[in-house]
Amino acid sequence: MSTFLGLPTAPAGVGHLRGSEPFPVAARRALADTQLRRNLAKATSTIRAKRARVVAELPDWEELREAGRAIKAHTLAHLDTYLEQLESQVTARGGTVHWARDAPEANRIVTGLVRSAMATEVVKVKSITTDEIGLNDALAAAGISAVETDLAELIVQLDHDRPSHILVPAIHKNRSEIREIFLREMADVDPGLTDVPAALTQAARQHLRRKFLSAKVGISGANFAVAETGTLCVVESEGNGRMCLTLPDTLITVMGIEKVIPRWADLGVFLQLLPRSATGERMNPYTSMWTGVTPGDGPQDFHLVLLDNGRTAALADPDGRPALSCIRCSACLNVCPVYERVGGHAYGSVYPGPIGAILSPLLTGIEDNASLPYASSLCGACYEACPVKIDIPSILVEQRARHVEATHGRSAEAITMAAAAWAMSDPARFAAAQRGGQLGRLLARHGVIRRLPSPLSGWTAARDAPAPPRETFRQWWRRTGRP
Amino acid sequence: MRIALFATCLADTLYPRVAKATVRLLERLGHEVVFPAASTCCGQMHVNTGYQRAALPLIRHYVDTFAGFEAIVVPSGSCTGSIRYQHAMVAGRLGDSRLAVRATKVAARTHELSELLVDVLGVTDVGAYFPHRVTYHPTCHSLRLLQVGDRPLTLLRHVAGIELVPLPDAESCCGFGGTFAVKNSDVSTAILADKMRNVLATGAEFCTAGDSSCLMHIGGGLSRLRTGTRTVHLAEILASTPADR
Amino acid sequence: MVAAHGAAMNAREEVLGRIRRAAGNGPAPATGAVPRAYRSRGDLRGSQLLDLLAARLTDYKCSVRRCWPGELASAIAAAILDRGARSIVLPPGLGLPLPDPATTGADLTLVVDDGFSAEHLDRFDGVITTATVAIAETGTIALDGSSGQGRRALTLIPDYHLCVVYEHQIVCLVPEAVAALTPERPLTWISGPSATSDIELDRVEGVHGPRTLEIILVAADGPAHATERGELCQST
Ligand code: SF4
Repeated sequence: MSTFLGLPTAPAGVGHLRGSEPFPVAARRALADTQLRRNLAKATSTIRAKRARVVAELPDWEELREAGRAIKAHTLAHLDTYLEQLESQVTARGGTVHWARDAPEANRIVTGLVRSAMATEVVKVKSITTDEIGLNDALAAAGISAVETDLAELIVQLDHDRPSHILVPAIHKNRSEIREIFLREMADVDPGLTDVPAALTQAARQHLRRKFLSAKVGISGANFAVAETGTLCVVESEGNGRMCLTLPDTLITVMGIEKVIPRWADLGVFLQLLPRSATGERMNPYTSMWTGVTPGDGPQDFHLVLLDNGRTAALADPDGRPALSCIRCSACLNVCPVYERVGGHAYGSVYPGPIGAILSPLLTGIEDNASLPYASSLCGACYEACPVKIDIPSILVEQRARHVEATHGRSAEAITMAAAAWAMSDPARFAAAQRGGQLGRLLARHGVIRRLPSPLSGWTAARDAPAPPRETFRQWWRRTGRP
Repeated sequence: MRIALFATCLADTLYPRVAKATVRLLERLGHEVVFPAASTCCGQMHVNTGYQRAALPLIRHYVDTFAGFEAIVVPSGSCTGSIRYQHAMVAGRLGDSRLAVRATKVAARTHELSELLVDVLGVTDVGAYFPHRVTYHPTCHSLRLLQVGDRPLTLLRHVAGIELVPLPDAESCCGFGGTFAVKNSDVSTAILADKMRNVLATGAEFCTAGDSSCLMHIGGGLSRLRTGTRTVHLAEILASTPADR
Repeated sequence: MVAAHGAAMNAREEVLGRIRRAAGNGPAPATGAVPRAYRSRGDLRGSQLLDLLAARLTDYKCSVRRCWPGELASAIAAAILDRGARSIVLPPGLGLPLPDPATTGADLTLVVDDGFSAEHLDRFDGVITTATVAIAETGTIALDGSSGQGRRALTLIPDYHLCVVYEHQIVCLVPEAVAALTPERPLTWISGPSATSDIELDRVEGVHGPRTLEIILVAADGPAHATERGELCQST
């Protein structure tokens, strides 16, 4: 892998950062799924409207975004200092900190901790980081069953499916599909279950209640970790997070190293940016914050696993680095015209949508996710929505440049591009090329071209192409004797 | 005022009527328009497709060609965006810091058409006449990169005879995205389908925008489906007068 | 476990080493302080704060009662009775005027938490607590596990949570709440009853956490002598 400074990327063969086919191929199949298209259009338009409403309520939204961006940029520039501070604070308050270079190492650490707690079942709060490293598979291989407790994660797990959204992993399923999954996969479900969301929700409550009350080990991710105080923060809605963070004897939190923030006061920024951008709420129903171990309250055995898995490779990329500022709000997915139509699975990685299109290749190296940076029309809606102002379009363009550089200009496209640049950097050559192009008039009928040869055939599959005019602008200018 | 026209390679080659309309409009407003014979292409497609190195000579060529002008007009939001936000960045990234400095200066004098009219020339009523039902698509780069805001709509509202109808979901992308439309043509088509549905829902005869590339995309779809609705560049509407009827 | 420990040390040193190499490749860190031009103090006071908090709580499906200090006892009694809760668990040190089961007529039991198991907590109908701070703009109450608020499981497992918030505890903005809280304590921020939007982004209240959240807002200074209760202790 060619990365900056040769820093290792996330290893292949474990976890879920790579798809099995290029984006355009996977996208074509997704586009043909009528139900998926409808579910996504409905869900994303709902959430877009909610987000717009609560963002408009705040007079200082832009100031909050700028503060969020600056805090993250500062943190990334001093990441070692803040992680060491976090480690010493967590340790001082009775927690244990582990470091994992990559997914297999993190999985080994967590599996070992669950084993030493003598548990064969763990309850999990939704955590994309543990999806990223394939923790559930690793636990299963060790004979430990991981119970997903977030409603959407539970739906996905019961359906043996993959998450398709970083906040609403089952966004691709509608209520009647969810009802069918519950009837098929939940042993204790009421056969008269309807598809009313409230009824489905109650079915999930009943299904998980006993598991929560008897759980020995909980596993979570983290939204934020405050270096100054050693405080971990998890933001959620359902209370499944509180159950997993509070009731078990042992709590294991797996966190990407980029989630640390310097100061306690910084939460005052992010706890405004995140809920409004994510679910379009002024505040999510529950936010839990804990610092090490509190005698008599909650798990008495707390472990924090700090994960690299390609993050340092992303950090070393001066253009890609801001992608590590992401607070996983998913606003960029919800506003993305591409995501809205193909959903998350087409991206192949647990990180879909605009952020996934930059983050996945940064973590794996561009060679393993080469089609993702092209999965965007560069419309800029993601940048506009991003609460920490990640300029995703510019990073996409940089990632494309990395990919082109990695292929050393030897593709057919590269040769065409080089030829075009050669022709267009000189007006005489350009005029000659235009005259050549005017031969395209031979393909035209009634002023349009209905079929172009490959690679432009994709264009004329659904759109007419303009016929070159009899006279270019430059020819007209010269003919009319202008200066 | 003496204004240099950067016609863009697309309008020069495929949509000369857009560049001609820009000339006609500005001359009608009493300005002198020059078209530097050396001008070619801004390199946007190269940069956006990942070919920054290949784009460098195009960037240098643009800067050399337009360095001597006080005001440069571009009838394209995305080309203006590339000149303003990519030229110096690419030059800097590829180690030509001298070019980056020059590019920044030229970019500061480069204006998208509606910006030139409203901000530099200070006109909102250009004296145009266009007796048709029209809907305006803001195009992503004009909207989000340049932030032209309601400048184009203000200009359109002053056109005599026009019936402007709002475009539902106007701010969503048309799915063009340069080589995206070829590399991911299926997704691009799916996005285009919704844009066309919204355009058709307005009952407009014309869909207008400030960018020939997006119009080529939307217009290509409208034409393929024989919808009877056409696209027209903002410059063409603003250049129209009763004499054209 | 010397070998495992050694491996752990290696991972730590290696990740930190990678970070130091990577950080050097980035843009020079900005020297200026983080721009904090966002609002850090709200400009609402007194009853305006109460009104905003009440509106925001109600917006997220939280039941709200408002009263003067002298009416707190009857407000609490009314809430419990209206709810039909029979067995209530209380955090140690609650210090609220609670109804006397002997005189309410209903077969009400009030039990102070004694480190009950999760299963045991599940058998209570509800819990009554105070809070540490409330955020008007977001409709949030924050509990920090101190006296009168109890350990976290207490306000999680029973299905009904009645929380008393005093006017002096209300701040306008999130940054004010952050500044008022002690990070070392276990904190729970609650904004309405538990909810999910996981099915078609439709919000459904009541998942794993308490399905009913009721808040009594106590205004700072009541009139010298209470007038008609109905006027003052309005339920919104
Ligand atoms: S990139 Fe920005 S908008 Fe997208 S998920 Fe991350 S923080 Fe949210």
